[in-house]
Amino acid sequence: MMLLQDKTAIITGCNRGIGYATVEEFAREGANIWAHAREETTAFVEDMQSIEKKYGIKVTPIYFDVRDNDLAKQVLVKIYKDAGKIDVLVNNAGIMQDSLIGMISSQMMTDLFEINVFSVINLTQIAARIMNRQKNGCIINIASIIGTNGNAGQSVYSATKGAVIAFTKSAAKELAPQGIRVNAISPGIINTELIKEVPANHMKRNLENIRLGRIGEPRDIAKTAVFLASDMSSYISGQIIGVDGCTIL
Amino acid sequence: MENLNKYIKAFVETFEIKEEQALNLEYQGIEQWDSIGHMSLIAAIEDAFGIMLDTDDIIDFSSFKKGKEILMKYDVVLE
Repeated sequence: MMLLQDKTAIITGCNRGIGYATVEEFAREGANIWAHAREETTAFVEDMQSIEKKYGIKVTPIYFDVRDNDLAKQVLVKIYKDAGKIDVLVNNAGIMQDSLIGMISSQMMTDLFEINVFSVINLTQIAARIMNRQKNGCIINIASIIGTNGNAGQSVYSATKGAVIAFTKSAAKELAPQGIRVNAISPGIINTELIKEVPANHMKRNLENIRLGRIGEPRDIAKTAVFLASDMSSYISGQIIGVDGCTIL
Repeated sequence: MENLNKYIKAFVETFEIKEEQALNLEYQGIEQWDSIGHMSLIAAIEDAFGIMLDTDDIIDFSSFKKGKEILMKYDVVLE
């Protein structure tokens, strides 16, 4: 039997990278997925249809800006009404912006915290209230190794991912009596669009710090998400799982 | 009348109180209506009426009476 057979999962930020890979891995394991993107594009619709066809499950695209609390609530309530349950929420949508201290703008701080932190909290609030009715559910937050270790030039980004980590631990303690597990995955350096602009010499240095000798792939994170969403991790909550190839930062 | 009975029932069952105690109840007016009890009450009301309250309304829901006003925003009329 597949690990996520008949589970209803909502995954945010699915049009590329970790989110896209998570849709595919969840589909492979039998989940029915509501796949979020900020906007509808032909490419996204086609990609989701392709996954749906390949794995014989249902992938329903949903669109909203994760900063729009009211719309997010409307969408999740509709999913609950249509599907009858929400088993898993993967808070993957996020942005990365770098700036040295002294050049950090207010707008940058606002954007990073609204998308990386406040939307995670808001979506968790909504999903938890639904999962509480079921007395069952699983929330997976995508954090970052930068949130635990920090990195020069990424102080605000690291602050947001540190906030996600702390929120995950607190939410896990609060929601456990309701049967809701909350965990985070802390990816290391992963081969996505986010690292495409890193200069070659920086990337070489980064690679030297990864003891397993390779940059991670989105599916490395996605497979960890499958484990956390499945009953295999039914006794795991409040944990921050590093998926970083044993990176020394 | 049915809606009002459902509303009262949410208070009675959540806090294990008598019906007459519910009518003038306020948040933190009894030991059971603390923040955890509050979320249980909200869940019971949402279930009873098939609605989901906005976070601001959950925070503003400070009494039995105030709750009646708030529910009108969700087209739930309590008479």
